Amino acid sequence: MPELNLSSSPAHLRHGSNIGQPLTRRDGVLKVKGQATYAADNHPPGMLFAVMAVASIARGRVTSLDVAAAKRHPGVVDVMTPDHKPQLAIDPEIKTNPFVFRMEVLQSDEVRYANQPIAVVIAETLEAATEGAVLLAPRYETLPALVGLDAGESYVPPVVGVGNPTENHLGDVEAGLTAAEKQIDAIYETPPQYHNAMEPHAIVAAWNGDSLQIDMPTQGLMLSLARVAELFGIAHDKIHIRSPFLGGGFGSKGLMAGPPVLGIMAAKLVGKPVKLVLRREQMYGPVGHRAPTRQRLRIGTDGEGRLTALDHHARTVSSTFDDFYEPAADASHTLYASPAIRTSHDAVRVNTGTPLFMRAPGEATGSIALESAIDEMAWACGMDPLAFRLKNYAEVEPITGKPFSSKALRACYEQGAARFGWAKRSLQPRQMRDDAGLLVGWGMGTATFPALMFQAEARAVLRRDGSGAMEIGAHDMGQGAWTALAQIAADELGLDIDRVEFKAGSSDLPDAGIAGGSAHTATAGAAIHSAGAAVVAKLADLATNDERSPLFGAGNAGVIARDGRLIRRDDETRGESYVEILARAGVAEVEARGTGAPNPAAMEEYAMHAHGAVFAEVKVDPELGQVRVTRMVGAFAAGRIVNPHLVKSQLFGGMIWGMSFALHEEAITDRRSGRIMNANLGEYHIPVNADVPPLDVITVEEHDPHVNALGIKGVGEIGITGSAGAVANAVWHATGVRVRRFPIKIEELLTQR
Amino acid sequence: MKPFDYIRPATVAEAVAAAVQPGAVYLAAGTNLLDLMKGGVSRPDRLVDVTHLDGLDGIETLADGSLRIGTLVSNADLAHDANFAKSYPAVAEALLSGASAQLRNAATVGGNLLQRTRCAYFYDTASRCNKREAGLGCDARDGENRTHAVLGWSESCIATHPSDFCVPLLALDAVVEIEGRNGRREIALDALHRLPANTPERESALEPGDLVVAVRLPPAARGFATHARYLKVRERTSYAFAVVSAAAALRIENGKVAEARLALGGVAAKPWRARAAEDVLKGVTPTADAFQEAAWRALTDAKPSGDNAFKIELARRIVVRALTLAAAGTPARIPALPASPFASTSGAIHA
Amino acid sequence: MNHSISLTVNGARRDFVLDDPRVTLLDLLRERLQLTGTKKGCDRGQCGACTILVDGKRINSCLALAISHDGADILTIEGVARGDQLHPVQAAFIAHDGFQCGFCTPGQIMSAIGMMQEAQAGNDPERIRECMSGNLCRCGAYAGIVDAVLEAQTGMDESNQRRSA
Repeated sequence: MPELNLSSSPAHLRHGSNIGQPLTRRDGVLKVKGQATYAADNHPPGMLFAVMAVASIARGRVTSLDVAAAKRHPGVVDVMTPDHKPQLAIDPEIKTNPFVFRMEVLQSDEVRYANQPIAVVIAETLEAATEGAVLLAPRYETLPALVGLDAGESYVPPVVGVGNPTENHLGDVEAGLTAAEKQIDAIYETPPQYHNAMEPHAIVAAWNGDSLQIDMPTQGLMLSLARVAELFGIAHDKIHIRSPFLGGGFGSKGLMAGPPVLGIMAAKLVGKPVKLVLRREQMYGPVGHRAPTRQRLRIGTDGEGRLTALDHHARTVSSTFDDFYEPAADASHTLYASPAIRTSHDAVRVNTGTPLFMRAPGEATGSIALESAIDEMAWACGMDPLAFRLKNYAEVEPITGKPFSSKALRACYEQGAARFGWAKRSLQPRQMRDDAGLLVGWGMGTATFPALMFQAEARAVLRRDGSGAMEIGAHDMGQGAWTALAQIAADELGLDIDRVEFKAGSSDLPDAGIAGGSAHTATAGAAIHSAGAAVVAKLADLATNDERSPLFGAGNAGVIARDGRLIRRDDETRGESYVEILARAGVAEVEARGTGAPNPAAMEEYAMHAHGAVFAEVKVDPELGQVRVTRMVGAFAAGRIVNPHLVKSQLFGGMIWGMSFALHEEAITDRRSGRIMNANLGEYHIPVNADVPPLDVITVEEHDPHVNALGIKGVGEIGITGSAGAVANAVWHATGVRVRRFPIKIEELLTQR
Repeated sequence: MKPFDYIRPATVAEAVAAAVQPGAVYLAAGTNLLDLMKGGVSRPDRLVDVTHLDGLDGIETLADGSLRIGTLVSNADLAHDANFAKSYPAVAEALLSGASAQLRNAATVGGNLLQRTRCAYFYDTASRCNKREAGLGCDARDGENRTHAVLGWSESCIATHPSDFCVPLLALDAVVEIEGRNGRREIALDALHRLPANTPERESALEPGDLVVAVRLPPAARGFATHARYLKVRERTSYAFAVVSAAAALRIENGKVAEARLALGGVAAKPWRARAAEDVLKGVTPTADAFQEAAWRALTDAKPSGDNAFKIELARRIVVRALTLAAAGTPARIPALPASPFASTSGAIHA
Repeated sequence: MNHSISLTVNGARRDFVLDDPRVTLLDLLRERLQLTGTKKGCDRGQCGACTILVDGKRINSCLALAISHDGADILTIEGVARGDQLHPVQAAFIAHDGFQCGFCTPGQIMSAIGMMQEAQAGNDPERIRECMSGNLCRCGAYAGIVDAVLEAQTGMDESNQRRSA
């Protein structure tokens, strides 16, 4: 990997303050020149190519593999099978911590889902390895596959999501429904979805004795490293993972999955570096997905349109061998005030790879159902959907009664509605047409996502040449860590951003935690903040304790770091440069570490969420049923915005995911075989450029003193929530047809003309 | 991909001789063939690369007014040929509604005609498919089949032909020129693709070694230039196969339809000519009622092959709309969103 | 069987012996010529990440056999900038944030350059959207991509006007 040469457009730089500036991406030049190095771009000397063979059945076992045929193919070096593989140090079925999920690494001949790896062919060329995998021609003993939301006996899982209770209660829901003037009772279904990052999962693994060099996209460097260490029985310091750029993650590259482990095993087996890249179709199985759901919502309102009860039940699936439950019903915890709320989940087991975190896990699936149901309830009450939402605005978090640490949702509603022109909406559906006769519909949805914090550490350095460094094993999967975190680092170090050497994306740096839960900027940012403060304090010690310094006697709290100088807080004319302080002290540099972590006391006291309001316009051909989104406005309040340029992009991306959820994405499973019949990008539809209309994002000012030191709430996932429902509600408003099974299909809209 | 012999013939005759061998296939751009080979659907022993042959990439107007399009002309070059787009606007619009700009730059005329179905069970080599291997059975029949055929299907096969290009070509009575073991011959495009019946593995009238060398549009095809459209309903705005599509072309004289042409895509194992509907329109005033009647006739024989009854109603509506658009007149320029129901929002229709 | 082929890649002629006719242009570039800027997203012509220009036209390099393109003139993302001077499309992608993760970006940029040469879309945003629809972006940077192409197209139009004036 060449030394990263990062830079940003200087036109946007404002001297002295970086946070809040719309800097262009510092990795932009590398990316537009094709010089950003993704894992599969690495090619160490002597490298071989590994290709997985995957199961074409969903349940049963492999009875034979024609290894000889594969080996006869010119260029094939070896075939890794359950009978011929390096031994792992521990059984991969053992869950050593809650963030370990079971994986298939040839530990047996059992097949638990379609596209499960069953062998790996290693060859001198990619062409040979690919054909070698075909020549294995596996035979199976096949058992009937468990498919779909009614595959078997349902059960109540112990927890959903990450440790959330399966059920939550507030008040008496049945009584609330009975007392209600108006009620709705509706069932919504969401399909299995696959992350489909543009970059397929890839690994280049090279052993050097008992040391291991890995190039692999990961959203969790240290979690991955720890998992590799325990699986291969080697010390942490023998492993180095580089992940400077991820070609998208969306949750699928968060935790160590089977395929990269197979790449490491293959490298060990053949004693040479190995590259293993998933084929697109192989990403529909072993690397996680969003589970399907069936959600029932029962809502009651009084005569004035106030909620009397909100009951949200979600059925989902997990795999036959591990547990992850899409916490869809939890979406009803935070948005709408109701004296009675019940959320509950149950599940069935199916022959699928274990579902996992996919951008807004639970929040997205729950949001499209809840926002549809709220829209239906508003209509039943004869109310405008925005007025209805305002009527039921939650002043405190409904399920807990806690105050919000901050909540500028009203401003989001107001600003979004004004920008969109919502006031001109007809209450009745199927009233609006454009000049070409297309049906026009306007819909809205409320967005929300929790403001989370994980654990992270950073190391800060100030050097005698006036430069500084900030080191943190952070991950840039497109959200812009190389830029946004460097901005924070520059401010914390009191340096111009070009004077800060910002290091990230490598496991030999301090642990930045996981890039997930929309919490990476907040978490890593907090660590950077604290490391920066600590190193500045050390520097201040040198100055304030030195009588030759103009800062002598100022005390730690008495100085501020700015523009490469320490300045007395009470007298800004008195200051001294870092260069002078360090030179006089005769030290080359000072360094310090700092950590970022959640604040349990604040969490106990406050409910912490980002919010937003999304407004969508769709056009629907009245006879042909084809839908096109023509306009979207999203107004979001997410605390402090580190880089508005990048935040806008993140929110655009989320809104497009929301549109995709409502109109496009669905993995189609053959109900007999359990195979996914559209495991490709041609028929698993994600939006193309022509699907995406002009988008408008408003970031609403919000100061939150409680969430973390920097007041950041995160924007990675919130854009999907609200948006999916807004598009679905707009389709209803255009057509008068309420579709409750997503994605909305043409045939649902072929109504009378 | 299975190893194969790569042959680069110098002449058409050499190509035919090389391709007659069992296991041999022609390689043009490869946009469909390589996809099939990577999926293991097609495992040829020998690729006969015709892309370096001379004389197959021209577009020429013949003395009788026919247009002859060489088999190696790319979809993009054909669609962007100004004279072609002016004379056969529905064909150009269909071409530009297919696949992506990258694929259209590579894909050839001949390759487009011979592209294989997108039936997921045909592509999934672990599924049974009579088209992929005769006698295996059809897993689509009781499978996920909401996009499958509603016309001309059999119990053996319910797959559809995915081409957009072929639909208006068929409406315009295109002729296919073929070079084979016994020299050159020509057949109507309508006779090139076969319905499945009991032999879905036989998709076309081509014999081993046959090379499509050109497609010809007869002189009469120009007569529809002012009233010709292609309309394609799909599940995203671009870069998607048709759920159902239609090409409609009218020759209007003195306010009456002198002649109508109508073909459907995405409904059968071949592009589907709706001659009964054409007959209904002959000599009538182009009105909504007449188009409804034509649509009804076009789908008289349709029946669902699975969860796809909606495609019959959708096809009727597309026929009506395509005829309406054709009657309104060909736009001066191909719309920004070719063949899309949303095309009119971004380009004025020529009255 | 070995096949000798020659290609012009980013202006330089490359002659080599291909030991396997199965090699696609994409895999040739990435795995044999170490030009890894061109990306493999799907390998089936369904995403556009592998877009390159062959004889001036944008195509999916994953569906092109290298051997069949003997003699072709190939431009990849590595050949677009002149040293430190970015191509206007590259600069516009940075200015308008036409990417997030960057994986689809080389393909988007090659596609945009190819599209501008095709001269079908002009500066009509709707035509640009349609003509760029062969390049998927999962991060959802489409708005920035369209803005970037518009800016580059406008810049090109203006410089052409100046030249003809």
